[in-house]
Amino acid sequence: MELLLIILIGLLYGAGVYMILRRSMVKLLLGIMFLGTGANILIFLLGGITKGKPPVIDESLKMFQDNYADPIPQALILTAIVISFALTAFAIVLLKRVYALVDSDDLDDLNTPEEEDI
Amino acid sequence: MIDNHILGPVFIHLFTAILQLIAWRKTVTQRVISGIGSFLGVLVSIRLLDKVVDNGILTLNASNWEAPFGIVFVADLLSSTLVLITSLAGLAVSLFSSTGINRQRMLYGYFPIFHFLVMGLNGAFLTGDIFNLYVWFEVIIISSFVLMTLGGRKQQLEGAVKYMALNILASTFFLTGIGILYGITGSLNMADLSQKIKLVNNQFLIGITSTFFLIGFGIKSAVFPLYYWLPSSYHTPPSAVAATFGGLLTKVGIYAMLRVFSLIFIPDEFTRNLLMVLAVLTIITGSLGALIKLNIRRLFSYLIVCHIGFMIGGIGMFTKVALMGTIFYLFHDILVKTNMFLIAGVIRQMRGTMEMKYLGGIYGQYPKISLLIALVLFSLVGIPPLSGFWPKIFLFKESLNLEHYAFVAALVLGSFVTLFAIARMWSEVFWKDVPAGVDAEDKFAPMPLARKILLILPIGLLAAITIFIGLNAEVVVQLVDKISDQLVDTSSYVEAVLGKQN
Repeated sequence: MELLLIILIGLLYGAGVYMILRRSMVKLLLGIMFLGTGANILIFLLGGITKGKPPVIDESLKMFQDNYADPIPQALILTAIVISFALTAFAIVLLKRVYALVDSDDLDDLNTPEEEDI
Repeated sequence: MIDNHILGPVFIHLFTAILQLIAWRKTVTQRVISGIGSFLGVLVSIRLLDKVVDNGILTLNASNWEAPFGIVFVADLLSSTLVLITSLAGLAVSLFSSTGINRQRMLYGYFPIFHFLVMGLNGAFLTGDIFNLYVWFEVIIISSFVLMTLGGRKQQLEGAVKYMALNILASTFFLTGIGILYGITGSLNMADLSQKIKLVNNQFLIGITSTFFLIGFGIKSAVFPLYYWLPSSYHTPPSAVAATFGGLLTKVGIYAMLRVFSLIFIPDEFTRNLLMVLAVLTIITGSLGALIKLNIRRLFSYLIVCHIGFMIGGIGMFTKVALMGTIFYLFHDILVKTNMFLIAGVIRQMRGTMEMKYLGGIYGQYPKISLLIALVLFSLVGIPPLSGFWPKIFLFKESLNLEHYAFVAALVLGSFVTLFAIARMWSEVFWKDVPAGVDAEDKFAPMPLARKILLILPIGLLAAITIFIGLNAEVVVQLVDKISDQLVDTSSYVEAVLGKQN
């Protein structure tokens, strides 16, 4: 399981970086989303994966006697997912507006010459 | 010491924003609420700083979860002073915006988003939890995205794409760093981390993790190889927005660096040298950019980059005196950079352009306002006794002491280029006659007096604070001295958060 996740994280980061380096705006967006997902799975993995041991203390005991599944990484990922959802939604709307204005998907076309500055 | 006042500056701006959302599309009401809210924010911050000076570091455990298990808010001297300065800059921008932002933008929620942004800044300064810091950063960037795109001109959107992509990337780096750090130590509380990180066997891994933070904060604060988004986006939004961004957003990156590198990753030899190299290169590239730009706001954007280098250098030396220089410069820079962009906004109102070749004759037409502006420009250049002069002394002294001659040279270069760029701007914009064939559209002269006051008062307010800092340098130096004591010796911070050890 861990090995599989490690490979998956590597793939997501690699694909994310590759996509960000492309000139297309849609690919930039996809790259950012890949990186975000990769980071989330990374937190999940590094929090330690423990199967079938919920973080609930038995009534008769005062403290944990055993390894337990850490709930904090899941709380962190949940927060990160919500945040990246909002950012992605905003980014999609922004890129759609830019596409409507510039009529191009190429990031290199986003340079209005300096003389037109006001 | 536990104290509930810590969250005052956060809540004031939250409630201000909510009230303004209730008054949606009522722009006059929103302006009044914004002014009152920002003013209350300043009062609450003064009270907070006063309490921290009297009682030492204050903490607040959210929902009474004991540290290190819950989220903890910490107000030490650095945080509370930065909150005060942010509130002052926020008040100035809020007053300026009531005239400097057009009605169309206000109708689409400029003011609520502005207050959410200030709330995010205050939260980022006050939190003591590294993941919570990430969340505040996201509050800041999502508000700044909206402010940057509000109005939807083509240039604004072009700048916003670059700004958005790089800032989301920075957050991802930061988040990755947090993930690895949690994996290594199992804690998110910064005070707890500073204890646990010493016990980790594999210090090499810690070094690699710290680079994630360095890159993440480096992008946000516009350090050398990562600054390109800044000059290509800061000249696009309205001046009031650019003032908030230029004055405050990059400085949060510096604050985060100060906090993380003083508490968690104490810089080793390699990191220090890396930071020094980055500082020198940041100053050089920022200066070169400032030399060729003839648009006022593009010039200011490069000056921001140049001066970020000064502060990074102070962190790189990481001695008490160097940190005093960095922190003092940070305070000065927030006030002056905010003011610079507000000045750019006033010039725009007077002439309808920010290109130096179409500008001129402002001194002849508005001598009193020009003299006020000159004062701010002098402070930026660092002419004694204004606030820009004192921090540089510390930086020079310490870099000479530690024999970082490249950094000394960069400091001299940076200061000289700032002087040159500002002197050129002064003669082009204020002294030169209006160029022939340019008919300047002056929106400022026909304005009613009340609106003129709303534009000039914020500049005067920030200039007055600059002079106050300059003339009372002794008081500020004592404060900065205590702050850098707290940064170099973090035991008081750790003790305040975690309670007495053993």
